Amino acid sequence: MADIQAERLAEVFVELADTLVDEFDLIEFLQILTIRTSDLIEARAAGLLLADNHGRLRLMAASDERAELLELFQVQSLEGPCQDCYREGVAVSTTDLSTAADRWPRFAPRAVAAGYRSVHAFPLRLRKDVIGALNLFGTEPGPMEPAGARIVQALADVATIGLLQERTIHRGDVLTEQLQAALNSRIEVEQAKGALSQIHNCNTDEAFELLRGYCRRNHLKLGDVARAVTSDPASVAELTTRRQA
Amino acid sequence: MTVSSGSADDVLALIADEPRLPGDQQNAFGGLERLCRAAARALPAMGVGVIVMSKRGEPATVASSGPECEAIQELQFTLGEGPCLDAYALRRPVLTPDLAKAARTRWLGYGPAAQDRGVEAVFAFPLQVGAAQLGAMDVYRDRPGALSLRSLSRALSFADVSVRSLLDSHHPGETDCLPDLDDVLESHFELYQAQGMVMVQLGVDLGEAMSRLRAYAYAQDRQLSDVAVDIVSRKLVFEPDHL
Repeated sequence: MADIQAERLAEVFVELADTLVDEFDLIEFLQILTIRTSDLIEARAAGLLLADNHGRLRLMAASDERAELLELFQVQSLEGPCQDCYREGVAVSTTDLSTAADRWPRFAPRAVAAGYRSVHAFPLRLRKDVIGALNLFGTEPGPMEPAGARIVQALADVATIGLLQERTIHRGDVLTEQLQAALNSRIEVEQAKGALSQIHNCNTDEAFELLRGYCRRNHLKLGDVARAVTSDPASVAELTTRRQA
Repeated sequence: MTVSSGSADDVLALIADEPRLPGDQQNAFGGLERLCRAAARALPAMGVGVIVMSKRGEPATVASSGPECEAIQELQFTLGEGPCLDAYALRRPVLTPDLAKAARTRWLGYGPAAQDRGVEAVFAFPLQVGAAQLGAMDVYRDRPGALSLRSLSRALSFADVSVRSLLDSHHPGETDCLPDLDDVLESHFELYQAQGMVMVQLGVDLGEAMSRLRAYAYAQDRQLSDVAVDIVSRKLVFEPDHL
């Protein structure tokens, strides 16, 4: 993975800091974070998973929302690098996925079939606890450079700060409140993808692109618009009106 | 946060063990009253209540673990503030381990009124599936302090099961404590995508779409996740007069 320009790195952290103080939308924030992480490290894809109150890992955001990739994140609620990273509280790396089928019989073959060769998982840490993982996929085998790994860990730490935001960090109750809100926001995004795919007769990947494009053009937050698509479609009529052929 | 106890299956077993009472409602909400009593026993708590929000945004208590709890629950409606209403509005749990403190800062009317009835801690959970908001569940305790991780995990599962009961009450068949279809409310994005698709296919709201999906799976004796996959892949389309 290539050298990371200091200037580019500074830009990303400034952008994330801006997002934190701006009118805050957690899903939007985590999505930007995964996209920037994947760009900075030149990983093919990045995703962020959080553990729910039953200790199960659930995908919150991904740099790329293709169904095939989402499945790779979802299967990690059972096994995979994020599961190991979460359980053990340390970064987990596999430099060649084609030799990892023994370790992760369900995860590794799917990842290889999807064209990935390396995978890295970094813990989202809160004091002694691990609350989730930041997951990177690469198309070439090989390790991540130490500088890159430090940057990704810093981005994972920023994600934890975003999750807890300006609220007092030491209260477990706050973490639960935010986590449940975040998990529900993610469901809202999926519901909106379904509704849009039905309205526009497209698949859910294309539906997500419509949603994302609309948010960008109108400077709106992903979570707000996703909720509007299903709970108040008239308020986002441009997005929820079937296009004329 | 590595707690695995308190799953939905655990909670369903606790509800199944909870005795029926002669006063239980004979409608779809009878099962929810048992759920509230089972939750009060298991968490433990002095009371547990479930509210639903009408289409016009008016809250009503549909089940509680007992009359005293119902009276506490209704304080929020008369005073126009409180944990259930906040959980619903914020779409996240509102956990208040020290009501005395909240009575001085957050709920100047509700706080002291609930304390007068012996409440010292209250934990409110929204009942929702993504953008489909149904109501909220309140857990009351007579002493201050946070829920343990195990109790919190259980309370969230009781809330999940309440959501399923409310969704299924739209299409009552065997309304009392149905065995679960599978664990999909917790996972599988396809289910939520299918919910959004069915909403558009049938021209109904999002909650109704999930009710229809569940009713269809029950009627066909299929896993809900399988039905969802068929909908997302367009093998199955709900017609407005499908059910």
